[in-house]
Amino acid sequence: MSVAQDAGTKAGRAPPRARRGIGAALSALFGRAGGAEAPTAGRSRLVGYLFLSPWLVGFVCLTAGPIVASMYFSLTDFNLFSKPVFVGFSNYHRLLFEDPRYRTALGVTLTYVFTSVPLKLTFALLVAMLLNRALAGIGVYRAIYYLPSLLGGSVAVAVMWRKIFAYDGVVNDVLLWFGVDGPSWISNPDYALSTIVMLAVWQFGSPAMIFLAGLKQIPRELYDAASIDGAGAWQQFWRVTLPLLTPIILFNLVMQMIGAFQAFTPSFVISNGTGGPDDSTLFYTLYLYEEGFSHFRMGYASAMAWVLVGIIGTATAVTFITSRYWVHYGDQ
Amino acid sequence: MATSDDDRVNLPATLAETGRIVLRSLAPHLILIAGALLMIYPLIWLFSSSFKSPAEIFSGNGLLPSRIQFDNYVTGWQGTAVSFGRFMTNSLVISVLAVIGNTFACSVVAFAFARLDFPLKKLWFALMMGTIMLPHHATLIPQYMLFFNLGWLNTFLPLVVPKFLAVDAFFIFLMIQFIRGIPRELDEAALVDGASMALIYAKIIFPLMRPALVATAIFTFIWTYEDFLSPLVYLTEISLYTVPQGLRLMMSTTGQGSWGPLLAMSFVSLIPLFVIFLFFQKRLIDGIATSGLKG
Repeated sequence: MSVAQDAGTKAGRAPPRARRGIGAALSALFGRAGGAEAPTAGRSRLVGYLFLSPWLVGFVCLTAGPIVASMYFSLTDFNLFSKPVFVGFSNYHRLLFEDPRYRTALGVTLTYVFTSVPLKLTFALLVAMLLNRALAGIGVYRAIYYLPSLLGGSVAVAVMWRKIFAYDGVVNDVLLWFGVDGPSWISNPDYALSTIVMLAVWQFGSPAMIFLAGLKQIPRELYDAASIDGAGAWQQFWRVTLPLLTPIILFNLVMQMIGAFQAFTPSFVISNGTGGPDDSTLFYTLYLYEEGFSHFRMGYASAMAWVLVGIIGTATAVTFITSRYWVHYGDQ
Repeated sequence: MATSDDDRVNLPATLAETGRIVLRSLAPHLILIAGALLMIYPLIWLFSSSFKSPAEIFSGNGLLPSRIQFDNYVTGWQGTAVSFGRFMTNSLVISVLAVIGNTFACSVVAFAFARLDFPLKKLWFALMMGTIMLPHHATLIPQYMLFFNLGWLNTFLPLVVPKFLAVDAFFIFLMIQFIRGIPRELDEAALVDGASMALIYAKIIFPLMRPALVATAIFTFIWTYEDFLSPLVYLTEISLYTVPQGLRLMMSTTGQGSWGPLLAMSFVSLIPLFVIFLFFQKRLIDGIATSGLKG
């Protein structure tokens, strides 16, 4: 841009009309980046940084500064009201070796991630494949299947879920028709987590829409060629659909995994803030919240936050590394 | 293959054959309708239960209320100490301010990255992209300390000011991609006419970015409106509570008998989201499908 602009300027264009009103005020403020007079380097730098300034202030004060601070806090004993006391790596040591509740929270979260994400993606893919055809009323189906994803993060839905899976809730009413006397899902440590997994799976609409967009990209000719070669529907799925969809599976997998590790609202609402019954729904973030904001053990909570960042980073990295062996890009 | 197709068209179809064809075209619909019913059943249950008397909600006597009564809505809206209307107002004020902050700040910053040259631009861009994936928890505690020391606890500022500082880097990225698609000839023509960069942003780029701004506005509204963790941390006065906190308060303070008002207010709290869904449904789904925004 600037090269062309300078050339134009050097070629001697007529000087611009005098600007009035807001335009003049703004240009007096920011300076012209082009026009008759070539901008001075200082001015264009100033304009760039003026536009960048909201983010720059936010980055320094709300991201970079806090990152450094929370790394330091994680090495201290600190309760918000007194000065932090440096304790080295003892918070991390306690986390990894001495805190059985932390281990429980980690186990609950890993169970949640490794069950909810694959189930959610499986349903998403199935429904996307059903929707990927010329169907009457496809818009209505898309809307209905997507709706839970839109509402699912809200406390209202978690409240509803808590009631549906209560002992006297709808699920047990239905089971009773079949003569099954269902348990109290929410207050039974064996089942409480599975209700939260189901709440996550219920929200498969958003990844399904991404799968659907990906399915529409697969050229029709590939299926025609496969069926001429005698491939049935099952083989077409394994040999054409699935390999060509792997880049999108990778994307959905990574996004859903990162989100699942940070899940907070459902466990908080369904367990009424306790992580119960018997710590069976004590999610990582819930335990972090409890330590940091109920007990004000800010140093310990900071250490937990950094271990979580490490876990998410490792899980993402491992997924990307293994993706070399299972993701196919079109041109390979 | 072609001949057998022709034969089939020409022969009068037998009854069994017609049945098979009808079934084949109906089967996906049957599966999809059954699935759709299962998906929205919880929401229908929530809606219909909100009109039932407390005793009837858990009696298991079918989906429809025996008598439609609005007591749950009246009781729930009145609340105990603070009206539910207060929570709704708080949530809507915070969400609208967040939308204004995000659309304005992110578009200004995206303009800088997409159209302006300045020193260290590549470094800032890389750092900005790096923050997209950073979990909120890594910065939560120092941010809390910062706002605590500024005396901002129990104000809306910790929930709103970060949006005016463009911390949601994903939207900046979305907008940069969008601005890159706007022909540079437009700003160059304006430059030749002597327009300043501020004028080019305000008069050319901002109006042309409408689709990206709308997407940002919708998702910012939904995420802010549903956000539970931040209000939980920053707002402890009941009169400042947002809708999620209000529901949680009702849930923890009401006994088993008063689920009716809680379910009624849960439904009320979803109404703004239903309205957005009705108006922007296509844009929402397209936004997710093309940019991978999480719903």
